[in-house]
Amino acid sequence: METLKKEKVELENQKSLRISGAEAIIHCLLAEGVDLIYGYPGGAIMPFYDELYKFQDKLTHVLTRHEQGATHAAQGYARVTGKVGVAVATSGPGATNLVTGLADAQIDSTPMVCITGQVPRELLGSDAFQETDIIGISTPVTKWNCQVTNASEIPEVLAKAFYIARSGRPGPVLVDITKNAQFEEFDFSYSYCKGVRSFTPYPKPDPKSIEIAADLINSAKKPLIVFGQGVILGEAEEQLKALVEKAGIPAAWTILGLSAMDTKHPLNVGMVGMHGNYAPNVLTNECDVLIAIGMRFDDRVTGSLATYAKQAKVIHFDIDPAEISKNVKADVAVLGNAKDTLELILPLVKPNKHEAWHNEFKKKYEVEFEQVIKNDVYPTKEKLTMAEVMEEINIASGHKAIIVSDVGQHQMIACRYAKFKQTKSNVTSGGLGTMGFALPAAIGAKMGAMDREVVAIIGDGGYQMTIQELGTIFQNKTPVKIVVLNNEHLGMVRQWQELFFESRYASTVMVNPDFVKIAEGYSIQAKRISERKDLKATIQEMMASKDAYFLEVCVEKEDNVFPMVPSGASVSDIRLK
Amino acid sequence: MEKKWFTISVYSENSVGLLNRISGIFLKRHINIESLNVSKSEIDNVSKFTIVVYTTEDWVRNIVGQVEKQIEVIKAFYHTDEEIIYQESAVFKIDSSLLFDERNIQNIIKDSHSQIVTVSRDFFVLAKSGRRNEIDEMYQQLKPYGIMQFVRSGRIAVSKSEMQISAILKEFNQ
Repeated sequence: METLKKEKVELENQKSLRISGAEAIIHCLLAEGVDLIYGYPGGAIMPFYDELYKFQDKLTHVLTRHEQGATHAAQGYARVTGKVGVAVATSGPGATNLVTGLADAQIDSTPMVCITGQVPRELLGSDAFQETDIIGISTPVTKWNCQVTNASEIPEVLAKAFYIARSGRPGPVLVDITKNAQFEEFDFSYSYCKGVRSFTPYPKPDPKSIEIAADLINSAKKPLIVFGQGVILGEAEEQLKALVEKAGIPAAWTILGLSAMDTKHPLNVGMVGMHGNYAPNVLTNECDVLIAIGMRFDDRVTGSLATYAKQAKVIHFDIDPAEISKNVKADVAVLGNAKDTLELILPLVKPNKHEAWHNEFKKKYEVEFEQVIKNDVYPTKEKLTMAEVMEEINIASGHKAIIVSDVGQHQMIACRYAKFKQTKSNVTSGGLGTMGFALPAAIGAKMGAMDREVVAIIGDGGYQMTIQELGTIFQNKTPVKIVVLNNEHLGMVRQWQELFFESRYASTVMVNPDFVKIAEGYSIQAKRISERKDLKATIQEMMASKDAYFLEVCVEKEDNVFPMVPSGASVSDIRLK
Repeated sequence: MEKKWFTISVYSENSVGLLNRISGIFLKRHINIESLNVSKSEIDNVSKFTIVVYTTEDWVRNIVGQVEKQIEVIKAFYHTDEEIIYQESAVFKIDSSLLFDERNIQNIIKDSHSQIVTVSRDFFVLAKSGRRNEIDEMYQQLKPYGIMQFVRSGRIAVSKSEMQISAILKEFNQ
């Protein structure tokens, strides 16, 4: 965000320019360093699209097949680049179709700016064609939103929108621009937003709390770090690694923290939460100091709060003061950007090894390996498992791919078994659990990291929620690899039905179409496999392909994901079967 | 945890839509707003919301955190009744004939320290500021004689301790 593009400098030099509001939007986007946007045109946003036509060489617009796809693509782009993703839609249904993506970006702290067209100012409140109160609708799912009814407001509002979306704890912002404001001409000039007086994005770290936290860490016998996406968003990966290594503290991750630390690092002890690893879940309730870094104690992480880490002193590093003691009471709160606070605490932390404590993690890993992992990754049964597919992708990609997962069993398997060397490599819908997220998010991820392999791992249910985005892949020749793990069920719901609803499989059986034919209809190379003997070679073929590739893997239909902390249970009561 | 009355004071920019954003925070948690007042504050161009809720301290702390997180909110505080000076206002519209026919009406006006705002041929209007129970008491006293219209405002309050908004704004301006 600090690297000003040439465009910006040019803009700051020119005093003013008489242009339309629609053209101003484009200049604002260019000034903010945006060169790629996702969207879908329609009546109220047409003036903007008309101007866009003239700027095609500077600003690429990717036409998704649904506005929801545009938001998820923008999210995927934002998650791998750290930049603000941009999605554009028209008023009414175009705008309401953004809501799921906004909610997803809000709960997963993804920087995104959505621009919607709106009916002309004089028609506001008249129930005009395609009028909807998108400001009212999007308020609970945006970090900030604003309606613009005069062209002259556009530069200031958009500058503020980008500033707010990316600053502090990132999030989605929606700017609703009436059609008259897009047509009106005004004297354009742009200045970057450098601050908003009512918004403190980066709380100043308090040296006292850092000292207290360091003392607690130094005196701990069984410390445990749980890190989340705050490490990635704050670009604190190096600082985390340094802390973990210096103090010898086992480090576990939340689903969105995945890839912030090399999955093969000896101090990386795996995932916490409902389908996380056995050791970090059980040992959360045995540690004496729990060090939470950039995570928010989601209920999927904590299970029952009444029994969560009650024995431990809790140190909570976070950028958002509202997260402190929201779910789990913090004994010490360290406010600030993780990069800054971890840097400050590092010199105060004494070197340590905690070998005996580590051995407890190793022992528990062995238990999980014997009872779960071995059967998942190296199965002896006839049917393919999701985990062995993930493992083959790991092997074929050399742990270097970006993995975009959807929501459900395959997501839990992907996050449990995917191996990463590089940060910003795991893109998934963690907080909202949005089925249909992966296919469009993979498009955005690929466009944001063209030099990397992007593999979308999707279930047969979620795939069909945004399957239309195959059209976007086709039109843009986006070389994403799509792996559908087909178990002919809504697998996670089916698993809950089996475990908690006496196997009454209400509406979880899927009769699916021929996915290979559908992909081929979009000229995407496609293959279906159902036997182990074909797995390795096909995945290698897929990874070697220069183009988009669709692979359907028919997997065991009624597998369950374990370990599992049943809803409302304690993390120490995690089930291995 | 025990439920109590809390008064939340929110200093904010004066912007369209912020009320919706703030009320949504209560809605999401299924907490009823008992009273709400929005006005200017002691600082130019800064608005003040005064919101009264009946809930636990855990919830009020959570809500204040979420309110304060809103971009256009400068600072939010919560206080118990003991920590603030607070008032409500009420206006009663009453049939003018009662002023002459019912002796007790004049006693009620005097005892309640209410003011007569206007008197016309058909009705007169009484205004009363004070605590909720004082207004309720006056309401109960007038009710037997017939109240043509009644309305009571939300709570307005100032805290006994300082709310350092000016310092926050000054820091930003530097």
